[in-house]
Amino acid sequence: MPAYNWPPMDKRKVIGQRVDRVDALVKATGQAKYPYDVAEPDMLYAALLTCPHAHARIRSMDTSEAQRAEGVTGIEIIAKPGAEIQWAGGEVAVVAAATPDQARDAARKIRVEYEVLPHLVNEEDLSKAGNRAKAAGEQTAGDVERAFREADVVSEGTYGIPVLVHCTPETHGQVIQWKGDEVHVWPTTQGICTYAQDLSRPLGVPVSKIHAHMDHMGGGFGSKFPSDVWAIAAAHLSRTCGGRPVRLFLDRATDVTIAGNRPSAFAKIKLAAKKDGTITGWQSESWATGGMTGGGLPPIPYVFTEIPNRKLAHTAVAVNAGPSRAWRAPNHPQASFLTCAAMDDLAAKLRMDPMDLFARNADLTARAGVYRAQLIKAAEVSDWKKLWHPRGESGAGPVKRGLGLGVGTWGGAGHSVACRTTIHPDGSVDLELGTQDIGTGTRTVITMVAAETLTIPTSLLNLKVGDNQYPPGDGSGGSTTVGGVSSATRKSTINALAKLFEVASPVLGAPADQLEIVDGDIRVTANPSKSISWKSACQKLTENIVAMGENNPRNPGGLNTGGVGGVQVADITVDVETGVIKMNRMVAVHDCGMVINPKTAENQIYGACTMSIGGALFEERVMDEVTGRVLNPNMEFYKFTANCDFGEIIPILDIRPEHDRRGVVGLGEPPVIPGIAAIANAVANAIGVRVPRVPMTPDRVLAALEGRNA
Amino acid sequence: MQSFAYASPATLSEALALLGAEWGEADVLAGGSDLISLMKDYLHTPQRVVDIKGIRELGGIRKSGGGLRLGALVTFDELLENSAVRADYPALAAAARGVSSPQIRNVGTVGGDLCQRPRCWYFRTGHGLLARDGGGRSLVAEGDNRYHAIFGNQGAAKFVSASSLGPALAALGARIKLASSSGTREVTAEQFFLTPENDRQREIALRPNEILTEILLPPARGVRNATYEVRQREALDWPLATASVALRMKGKTVESARIVMGHVAPTPWAAPEAERSLAGKTVTPETAGEAGQAAVAGATPLSRNAYKVQLARTAVKRALLAAAG
Repeated sequence: MPAYNWPPMDKRKVIGQRVDRVDALVKATGQAKYPYDVAEPDMLYAALLTCPHAHARIRSMDTSEAQRAEGVTGIEIIAKPGAEIQWAGGEVAVVAAATPDQARDAARKIRVEYEVLPHLVNEEDLSKAGNRAKAAGEQTAGDVERAFREADVVSEGTYGIPVLVHCTPETHGQVIQWKGDEVHVWPTTQGICTYAQDLSRPLGVPVSKIHAHMDHMGGGFGSKFPSDVWAIAAAHLSRTCGGRPVRLFLDRATDVTIAGNRPSAFAKIKLAAKKDGTITGWQSESWATGGMTGGGLPPIPYVFTEIPNRKLAHTAVAVNAGPSRAWRAPNHPQASFLTCAAMDDLAAKLRMDPMDLFARNADLTARAGVYRAQLIKAAEVSDWKKLWHPRGESGAGPVKRGLGLGVGTWGGAGHSVACRTTIHPDGSVDLELGTQDIGTGTRTVITMVAAETLTIPTSLLNLKVGDNQYPPGDGSGGSTTVGGVSSATRKSTINALAKLFEVASPVLGAPADQLEIVDGDIRVTANPSKSISWKSACQKLTENIVAMGENNPRNPGGLNTGGVGGVQVADITVDVETGVIKMNRMVAVHDCGMVINPKTAENQIYGACTMSIGGALFEERVMDEVTGRVLNPNMEFYKFTANCDFGEIIPILDIRPEHDRRGVVGLGEPPVIPGIAAIANAVANAIGVRVPRVPMTPDRVLAALEGRNA
Repeated sequence: MQSFAYASPATLSEALALLGAEWGEADVLAGGSDLISLMKDYLHTPQRVVDIKGIRELGGIRKSGGGLRLGALVTFDELLENSAVRADYPALAAAARGVSSPQIRNVGTVGGDLCQRPRCWYFRTGHGLLARDGGGRSLVAEGDNRYHAIFGNQGAAKFVSASSLGPALAALGARIKLASSSGTREVTAEQFFLTPENDRQREIALRPNEILTEILLPPARGVRNATYEVRQREALDWPLATASVALRMKGKTVESARIVMGHVAPTPWAAPEAERSLAGKTVTPETAGEAGQAAVAGATPLSRNAYKVQLARTAVKRALLAAAG
C-alpha cells in the first residue's frame, strides 16, 4: 500500500501557492447557477404562510378562498387547528401556484384565527424572564472564595452580546420534485449527502431514491444543514401536484425570523488576580437564549481554561423567537468576547498593557507557546507598542483612537469523506466527491491537491462535487471540510497513480514501487532518464483506472489534525460626540497547520473579520416586546458591515514548519472568534470606559460615556 | 405584490388624468426604489401604477430666475454631477451624497426622495403609519423607538421623515411645484411636509390627484450652506440625525441663518431659536455649539432615543462650522 503523506514543504509545486479560485470567473460573470436560480420545466412556485404572533394557538383555518385563487394548484397545511405556535414566523401552510405572485397572494387569503397567548421575546433583563429562566449548569473548581479573599485585585463587569441572525445572502429553500418513487431536489445546503439522508425519513423515501444536486450556494454559516419543514411541505405539494417540481425559497423577512440565529450571551464576571496580572480566580453568572430551547453555555473562561479557581452558574432563558442554529464557531465568539473583555478590564484596573496580561496568563491555555508567539506577532504588525496607550489616555479632541485584542481557539480536523479518482486512457481525470463548495474554495483546494499528486495541468482535471451520487461526504461544518477533502483526494490520487505506475512499470523496465512522477513524466527514481509521459502512459490503459481514497476522522494518518489558536488586534477610532466608531485596521494572526492555498485561507480571514466587525458594531436581532415580532427582518435595519466600513484587514497566516508538520487544519471558523472582543477592547481603550453591550451603536457608546448603562 | 394596471404616459397631462381622487387608486412610479418594496410588502396595493419616467418635461436641471429648477425626475446622481449644484448648493450635494448607494443614486429621483414613505419599522412591518394597536396604544411609544422622533412626537405620529433632501431644501428656501388636472400650485419645502394626525392623512402635502413636477431653488450666491449627517455606517444607512444650514453673511458676521434638522421628527425640523442665537455673531466652535444646544432645547425624546438629542446637537454644530468654512 502506498504511503500517504504530504510532500515536504520545499518540494511542493502547487500546495502553498497563491492560486485563484477555480470558480472565480463563473461566479464573477454570473454564469454560476445557485439553487435559487434553478428553474425546472413546468415548475410551480410555493409561498409560505407564517404566524404573525409570538405565541398563539390556531383556533380555525379556512383555505377555501385560497384554493379558489387564480393559479393555485395545491395547499399543504403545516400547523393544523389546535396547534400551538411558539414564535412569530412559525410555519402554518404552504401554497403552490403557477407564479410566485399568485402563490404569495393566495397565501394571504388563507384565513387563520388565532388564540393569542402570552409571550416573552427578550432575555437581556433576566429579572423579567420569570419561569422562562432555568438553571442550566453550575461548575466549580478549586477554592473560589479563598482566591478572591487573597487576591491583590478584583475586577468586575457585566457584558452582553445579543442574538445575531445568519441572514445568508441566498435565503433558505430548494426546488424539489417528487415523482413516482423518486425525489429530485436542488437545495441550498451545507451537506449535499447529509441533506438527502435528512429528507429520507420524513418523506418515507429511501435515500437511494433521493437525488440531491447543488453546484454553488449563497452562504450558510452553519444554518443550512437540515432539510427543514419547508422542503418536506414542498415535496408533498410536488407529489399532489402531479409530480411537478416545486420551488420554495423563504423571503428575506421569514429567513431572518426563522431560519437560524446565534444564541445570545450575557454575563456578570469577576476576576481575581495578583499584582503581576496572574489570574487566580473566575466567577461568573451567565445567561443566554437560543429560542424556546434556551441557549448553550458559552465555553467560559475561554482559552484561559486553566484558571485554578472557578465558579460558574448559567441560566437558559426560553424566548418566543425562532430557534438558534450553528453559527460559524458556535458559542466561541460570545465566549471570547465575555472572557477577553473581562481580562481587558482587569488589565485596565492594574494599569497593565493587556498584551502583557494575556501573555502572563498564557500558561492557563492549552497552547501557551503558540499564543505567546501570536501575541508578539500581532503586536508587531499592529504597531502596538507605538499606538497603544493606557485606557482613556487618548488625547484631547472628539476623535479618540484605541487598540484592543482578542483570542480564539478551534478544532478543525477533517471530517469523513471519500474521493473517487478515474484516469481515462486519454489522460483526463475525473475527481468525484460527495462534498460541496459552500463558497469557501473547496473546489480550488481539491484541484490543487490532485495537481500536486499527479503533477499534471489542472486542465486535465474534471472535478465533480455537489451531488449525493458521488462517494459520500459529511456536511461542511466545524471547519472540517478542507481537512477531509484534501486528505481523501490525496489518498485517492496516490492510489490512482500507483495503478498507473503498474501500467508504466513494464514499459520502463522497473518495478512500480521504484517509479516517481515529476512534472507529468513517470520515471525511474534511480534513473530519471528512463521516463514516459502522462499521456503515453494513459494511452496504454485498456480500461479506466478507478481508485478510492477516504478520510477517516478517527485515523487521519497525519494528513490532517485539529486544534488552532488565533490572536486579533483591532485599531479603531471613536467620535465621542456622536458615538460613531470607525475601523482603522484589524490584524488577524492565525495558525492553521499546513496551508494548501494562502489566498483562499486569507479569504476566510477577510470574511470572518467583516462578520466580527458586524457583530461588534452593527448586528443584532431586534425583538419587539409588544408584538413579539422581529423589527428588523431585512438588510436595512439588520445592518452588515459593507466594504467602506471595513477599514484595513491584515491577515497573517502563522506558517511555520512546526505547524506545517501537523497537516491540514480548517480555518473557516477560527478567524471569526476573536474579533468582537478585540474591537470592544479597542473601544474601551479609546474612550476610557467599557461599552458593556455589543453591538456598540452610537446610543450605547454615548450612554457608556455618560456613565449610564446602555 | 397585488396585481395592478400599468400605464406609462408620455405627457404630464396624460399622467394626471390617470391618477385617482383617493390614495390607493393610483401610485406614481419614478425610480421605484421605495414604491416597489412597498408593493412587495403589500403596504401599497394600488389599482394602477403610473410610470412617469417617460415624461420628458419632468426631467433636467436648468437655471431659473437666478436659481435652479430641478425636474422631479432628476436623479441623485444627476444632482451630484451638476456643477451649479455642487458650487452653490453644497448643502444639497452633501445630502445627495449621503445616499451612499450608487445603485440608488442612479435610479432614485429628487421627487421620489420627497415623496418616499417613512422607514418606521412598525409601519414597514404592517402596523400602519401611526403604528397603533387595536386599543389605540402607540407601538412606538411602548416599543423600540431608537430610530424615532425626538421632536414633534407628542401627537400620534412618531416616525421620522425619511427624506434625504428635505432638510437641505427647507434650509435653502426651496419651493415645490405640484400639478393636478385642474392646475398647479406651489408650496415651500417646509410646507410640503406634514405631521399626520390620523390614519387618513399622509405625511406630505401632495394630494392623490397630484404629481410633484419640479423643485425651485432660490439664488444661493453669498449663502453659505452645508449639511452634516450622523450615520453609523459609511455604507448605505439611514442617518440618525442630520442638520442643513444656510447662512446669509456680512463679512464674517451672520446676518440670518436657516437651520433645519433631519431624521429627528415626522418632518424636517427647523430650529428658530438656534437661528436667532446666531444673528449678528461670527460662527465659532463656541457659537456653533450654543446654536446646537439651542436647536435641541425643545426635544422630547422617547424611551430609547435620548441619544439622538446629542447627535442632533452635534450635527447642527458641525454643519454650521462646515458652512462657515
